[in-house]
Parts: sequence; C-alpha cells; structure tokens
Amino acid sequence: MESGSVFDPVSPMAHTISTVFIIVLIIASAVFLLVAGLVTFVIIRYRARPGQGDPKQWEGNLKIELTWTGLTLLVLLGLFGLTVFTMDDASPATASEQPDIVVVGHQWWWEVRYPAANVVTANEIHIPSGQRLLLQLESADVIHDFWVPQLSRKMDMIPGNSNKLWIAANTPGLYLGACAEFCGPQHAWMRLRVYADPPEQFSAWLADQAQLAPLPSDALAQRGQQLFQEQTCVSCHAVTPNPTENKVGPNLAHFASRATIATGVLTNTPANLALWINQPQDVKPGVRMPNMKLDVEQIQALVAYLETLQ
Amino acid sequence: MSEIPLVPENHVPLPNVSSSNGLLAWVASVDHKQIGIMYLLTTLLFFLVGGIEALLMRIQLAQPRFSFLSPEAYNQIFSMHGTTMIFLVVMPMLIGFSTYIVPLHIGARDMAFPRLNAFSFWVLLFGGLLLYFSFLAPGGAPAVGWFAYAPLNERPFSSNLGVDYWALGLLCTGTGSIAAGINIIVTVLTLRAPGMTMRRLPVFTWMSFINAFLIIFAIPILNAALAALLIDRQLGGVFFKPSESGSALLWQHLFWGFGHPEVYIMVLPAFGAISEVISVFSRKPVFGYAFLVGSGFGIALLSFAVWAHHMFAVGLGDPLNLVFGGASMLIALPTGIKVFNWIGTAWGGSIRFSTAMLFALTFIIEFTIGGISGVAFAVFPIDWQLTDSYFVVAHMHYVLFGGTMFAVFAAIFYWFPKMSGRRLSERLGKWHFWLTVIGFNTTFFIQHILGIIGMPRRVYTYPDLPGWGWMNLVSSIGAGILGLGVLVFCWNVVYSFKRGQPAGDNPWDAWTLEWATTSPPPPHNFAQVPPVRGRRPLWDLHHPDNTDAQNPKVSED
Ligand code: HEC
Ligand SMILES: [Cu+2]
Ligand SMILES: [Cu+2]
Repeated sequence: MESGSVFDPVSPMAHTISTVFIIVLIIASAVFLLVAGLVTFVIIRYRARPGQGDPKQWEGNLKIELTWTGLTLLVLLGLFGLTVFTMDDASPATASEQPDIVVVGHQWWWEVRYPAANVVTANEIHIPSGQRLLLQLESADVIHDFWVPQLSRKMDMIPGNSNKLWIAANTPGLYLGACAEFCGPQHAWMRLRVYADPPEQFSAWLADQAQLAPLPSDALAQRGQQLFQEQTCVSCHAVTPNPTENKVGPNLAHFASRATIATGVLTNTPANLALWINQPQDVKPGVRMPNMKLDVEQIQALVAYLETLQ
Repeated sequence: MSEIPLVPENHVPLPNVSSSNGLLAWVASVDHKQIGIMYLLTTLLFFLVGGIEALLMRIQLAQPRFSFLSPEAYNQIFSMHGTTMIFLVVMPMLIGFSTYIVPLHIGARDMAFPRLNAFSFWVLLFGGLLLYFSFLAPGGAPAVGWFAYAPLNERPFSSNLGVDYWALGLLCTGTGSIAAGINIIVTVLTLRAPGMTMRRLPVFTWMSFINAFLIIFAIPILNAALAALLIDRQLGGVFFKPSESGSALLWQHLFWGFGHPEVYIMVLPAFGAISEVISVFSRKPVFGYAFLVGSGFGIALLSFAVWAHHMFAVGLGDPLNLVFGGASMLIALPTGIKVFNWIGTAWGGSIRFSTAMLFALTFIIEFTIGGISGVAFAVFPIDWQLTDSYFVVAHMHYVLFGGTMFAVFAAIFYWFPKMSGRRLSERLGKWHFWLTVIGFNTTFFIQHILGIIGMPRRVYTYPDLPGWGWMNLVSSIGAGILGLGVLVFCWNVVYSFKRGQPAGDNPWDAWTLEWATTSPPPPHNFAQVPPVRGRRPLWDLHHPDNTDAQNPKVSED
C-alpha cells in the first residue's frame, strides 16, 4: 500500500504518465539494444587478428548517414507526437476554477487549507476518493515542490508565483509523497501523506476538523493547555482549526489525529512527542522550532494536552 | 604491440623542485604543454576531492536514517561535490586537453595568446581555492546545491558567507574559461600549419573549437547571474527576492540559460577525443567526418534553445513546454548521429583493445543510456514525475561519468604517452577499466529505480520505505568499487610516470600531427611539421602509394 511508485498510479493523470513512460521505456530499450548490439557485434567481428594488415580505408557513406538520421528523426517525431497527445491528460488545464485545497510549502512542513470549509491543518492531506480536486500550490519562503507520484505529476511551489494542480485517487488509501525541490537543511524531512477517504468518511473528517477539539478534562492536560499559552508555543502554533492569522509553525488543532511528528521524522506516540518537545533541534537539526528548555513535568503536561487534540 | 621501441629517456616533464626545470619554470610558464599538464593535474586533484565527497555521501545514504554526517555537513558536501565536479573537474579538464592538444593538432608552436593561457589556468586554480576556502569561513561551505536556486541562495535563507565564496569562486573560474575559449578560437583560426585547412582539422580540435564558442556565449550568462546575486547579497539588491518584487524564476532562466550549454561544454571535447581514439584503434579514418563535425555545430546551436527543460515542473504552461521539449528532442538527433558514426568508424576495422579503446567503446554504451533517459525527459509528462528524483541523478551520471569521464580516461590512456614519454600500464589499466565499469553501473543504474519509486534527490537521509534501504546500500557498495578503480588509476599514473614502458614518438601508430614530434614534444613542438595534404598527415607519410587523397573511398567531402 505505502508504495509511492510512479508505476502504481491511482489517478487518471498519473495513469497517463505511467503509460507514456512505459511506451517510452519500450522504445528506449529497443534503441539501447540496437546500439549495444551493434557495439557488441563490432567488438566480436572486427577484433584485430594476428598477421592482419590495415583494414580497408573508407570513411562514410551519404546514404547510410541519411538513413540513420532519418530513422532517428522518425523516432523523435513519434515521441513528440506522444507528448502532444498526452500532455493534457497528464496535467489537465487548470483555468480559473477556485481551488479545493490550498497547500503552502514552509521550510520544512506543509500548511493545508480547505477554503470552503474554513479549515486549516498541516502535513497530512485528506481527499475524497474518486474525485478530481484542484490544488493551489504556494510557498511561504523558498521553492518547494509537491510530489505524490501515485496521484499526479509534481509541481513546484514558488514564492510569489502560485501554481495549480489536479490530483485524484480512484481508490481509498494512504499515498506517500515528499517535497522534491531542495529547500534547505531539512529538505529530507519534508514528507507528505495524502489520505484518500471514501467520500462520506471524508465529509465526516472535514466536519470534525472544523470543530475545536473537546477541552481537556484531566488536570495534567489542563496544566498543559495553560503551559502551551504561557510558553510561547502559541505564538508559533494555532490550536483552532480556523485561525485568523498565519503562524510560523503547523496548526495543531487536531494534531493528535496525525500519524507523524515534524513532517515525517517521528511516528506520533506520546514518547516521541515528549522527545520532540524536549529537543526539536536534535530530532530535526535546523528546524524552525527552538529548544524551549522545559522540565520533565512541563513536557508531560504538554504531551497530555496535545494528545487531547484529536 | 610487442616490440619495444628503443628511444632515449626523456627529461622529467612534471613540476619538480629539485630538477633544472624547477617549480618556478612551471609557475612562470606560458608553454601550452606545461599549462595543459597543470590543468590536468589540478583537475585530477579536484577529481579526487570531489570523489571523496561522493563517497562520504554514499556512506551517509547507505542506510535509512543513518547519522554519519549531520544535515549541514551533508548539504555542504553535496553542493561542493556538484560544483567541484562541474566547474573544477570536467570543464577545466577538457579545456586542459584542448590546451595541450589543439596547438599540436594544427602544427602550431603554441596557443595564440600564451600569457592569456597562463592567466586562464591560474585564475581557475585561484577560483577553486577560493571556493574551498569557504570550508574555513564561519558557517562553512555553501549548502544550496550547485544550482543555488533563488531565493534559498539569498541572505534571509543562507546568511553565511558560503554562497558568497561560491559566487566569487565561480566568477573567477568562469572568467578563466572565457579567456581560454577566446584563446582556442583565435589559435585555430590563425595558427594552422600550411595545408591544415579547416576541413582537415582533427575531430577533437573541431570539437574544442566549437566548444570554445559555447563557452564564450554561455559563461557570461552565468557571470551576469552571479554578479546580480552578489549585488542582492552584499548591496541589498532584489533581483531574486520574490518578497521584494524580485523573481525567483529569473535565476532559473539565467542559470539554465548557462547550464544547458554547460552540459555540452562538458561533453563536446569528450566526443572529439572518442572520435580520435576509436578511429586510431580501429585502424580506419573516422566515419562521416562532415556529419561528426556538423552535428557538433547542431548541438552547439540547439543547446541554447533548450534550457527550460530543467524547468518543466515550475508551471511554464504547455505551449512553452512544447517548444523546449521539442528542441530537447531535436538535440538528440545530432547526438544520435555521432553515436552511429562512432560505430561506423569501428565497423570493418581491425580493432586493438587497448585500455583507451575499451573505455571508448564502453563510453558509447553508457552514454547511450544517459542519452536515452535524457530524451525520455523531453517527453515532459515523464519529466513531470521524475525531475528532481534519483532518476535524474542516475541520468546525469550516465552522461557525465559514463559519458565524459569514460572518454576522459580513454583520452588519458591515449595521450599520456605523448605528454610523459611513457605508456600507462595496460595491466593496471584493465583493472581500472573493469572496476570502473562494474562500480559505475552498480552505483548508478539502481538509482533509476529509486527515482521511480519516489526518492527525491538531494536528501541527507530517507525513511525506511520498502526497497529504499537495500537499493541505496547497493548503490553505496558500487561507489566503493568505483573508488577502488580510481585508486588503481592514480597508482597507474604515478607508477607509469616513473617506470612505464617508454613510448616513442608514435606508440599507437596514430595519424594526427601530435604524433609526428617527440614524446614529450620539445618546447617549440615541432622540429619540422610534416606536409599536410589530408586529414591524416602521418598516414599519408607512411603510405605514399595509398594516401588519403588517392583513395576514392576517403574523400574530403
Ligand atoms: C518559533 C516558533 C515555534 C515555537 C515557539 C514552537 N514551535 Fe512547535 N513547531 C514550529 C515549527 C516551524 C514546526 C514544524 C517543524 C517541521 O516539521 O519542520 C513545529 C512543529 C511542532 C509540532 C509537530 C507538528 C506536526 O504536525 O508535525 C509540535 C507537536 C509542536 N511544534 C509543539 C510545540 C510546542 C508544545 C511548543 C511550545 C513548547 C512549540 N511547538 C513551540 C515552530 C515553533
Ligand atoms: Cu521543501
Ligand atoms: Cu539541459
């Protein structure tokens, strides 16, 4: 399931590309076999034999030259035709429709907005399966690139220059992706998870995301909530699903429902979360979240609180 | 092959403090042969440095989530590896060959501007040292990749001096390259021996000549971009700052406007060397001289019209994509013509499998793999998936290592006897060859697959997804084997330089003018330039009753 291979497409767009790629690979193999075969033949047939003098001296033949020039040109024309006929299916025009989802690349995490539902989340994108969705791709800092091979082509996220991209997943499942443009020290840990849910499940998920997570009831978590406000966590992280201002860090309103911490570095378990809050710079060196020098008690409270953000 | 020619021992043709032509004679030299050798030695040294960087990276990537290198260290090293191999190894190494060979090929005493020649070399060395000095600067070397995309290359995101060293270093090497380009052009145009018409130039010299034009048109684009970047970084300019009305994409257009011609700057002279080697060791003239040369022109012109194929993922729109995709496919045509002509050269020959020839023939196969995957990218729906993945890392190493470096090894085995007076050991050469072929393909072939299953490039580590771990391990093991091959090669150079079999003037029984003089040639190159009545003056000299001019099959079309 967690494949992420170009040859495992689940959308019409990715499927087109995979087919084009297979056709080109077949042509490429034929060309390669031709060249390698000729070289091998030459090596075996024309190796110098003892006592043999200089071979016949001749250089070139216009007919042969024109033949292989023509044949190469034909192959290339074929490839050009293939490109022309498939480029629209591979990446359909995006015209002026409103995007279903806005994805903003940040040094080294993904901000995910659902404008219609007024929901902001991060690092995991949920989509309804069986539907084509339009993404708007932006960047908050440097160039990133949105790449989920099974769902669509890749597309750059360029500061000051937003792009649009269709994605789809015909079958429900988890599809892995990553940032594909070098974007600084932690480019490696800018992983992306796209969940395609059956449509009803997706609607339920979205409705749930729009709600505030229930307020913590136990004392430790309440203490954590208080610390979250006091320890400046809140200046970088929103804990409401529809904040009015943009923050430096990912939205944590439903953090506990996510599978990973820090864009793929750790799986989301309480122990890992404690590790992360304690030493973000050790877990993901260079990350834009400082070591807060918290004590064990504070960390436990914060973990208890964040675990309630389902 | 068997008889050892009795030739006098030659003087030591290397920088050497203790000999009569001591170090100072080299530092102050304006002789194209000494400068050429200094180019080759310098670039070999940087090749070892870049190779060590590559090995460090492959160690770090051998296992998922390995922590052999810190992220900062890895990012600096991969940036320096790319920059080093491109600007301090491949390009100047080929320029070094041109510097040594072109005057000999055309029967000249030296380059047109000997002092400019020295300047080119020294400014290259200075640029290289400046670049490496950045490791000592606070914050270390640049960590933005060899392509240094904006706005990551700007102060807000790369505040250390690394990028400034990078820009200044490349401005130096670039200036040196432009000077070298001008020098080669003027040399070929004005210093040819009587009878050496343009239509009789050896293919290597033709490719060096065309390459020189590529250099003088492409490098200024880079220099302009670097100057603009320095203005941004040091004087508060906004060229590439989208947050202040600059443009991040402007950098890409400039960089690839230089960068794609650069790809051919790194390969045309290699094509030329391959043409010489295959012809000599097949005992036949090159097949389709006019097509080999003409396709070089075609490549040079087209290479300025394909840069945006590096930008298919930025969202240029399909009309532009089609123009650049189409042009990129078209450039495969002259390249394909060359491949077929090399096979045609060997066809019907009497092939002698020296190490040079082994590398040259294998070059055809490896380069074809890189060429074909390149054409696949021009079918841009494929590029939309695979750009910036490990597939590209595989592709470009098939072009630059399987292509250019294999050709460079062939060229070194071919011309080392001329430069040093001694042959490289063929026995060590075979070891070097097989280790390189096995190591190279083990390292890079599997990276195609890694790209297809979703591994982005330029990552310092990766999650433990199915297949990723063992494939990366295989690649790393391959890199180790490749490293061994390079060690054998270095030993061969050192050993053969001292103990190698004396070469004589013309150990390969080759036909171009450099083989008409002694090995190494005297300071003035030729006591007497043989008459040039065709493309193969030494063939004509040795076969007075069957000269190329008399043979209807060997026309001068
Ligand atoms: C200076 C801004 C800043 C402050 C202060 C800050 N963070 Fe963060 N935090 C970030 C950034 C940026 C990330 C994204 C890291 C990444 O994935 O690269 C992050 C990530 C996280 C994540 C993981 C989110 C995810 O979806 O993977 C958690 C949990 C978190 N921070 C908790 C906290 C807590 C608790 C505090 C207070 C003790 C805090 N942060 C303080 C900037 C900040
Ligand atoms: Cu990124
Ligand atoms: Cu290119």
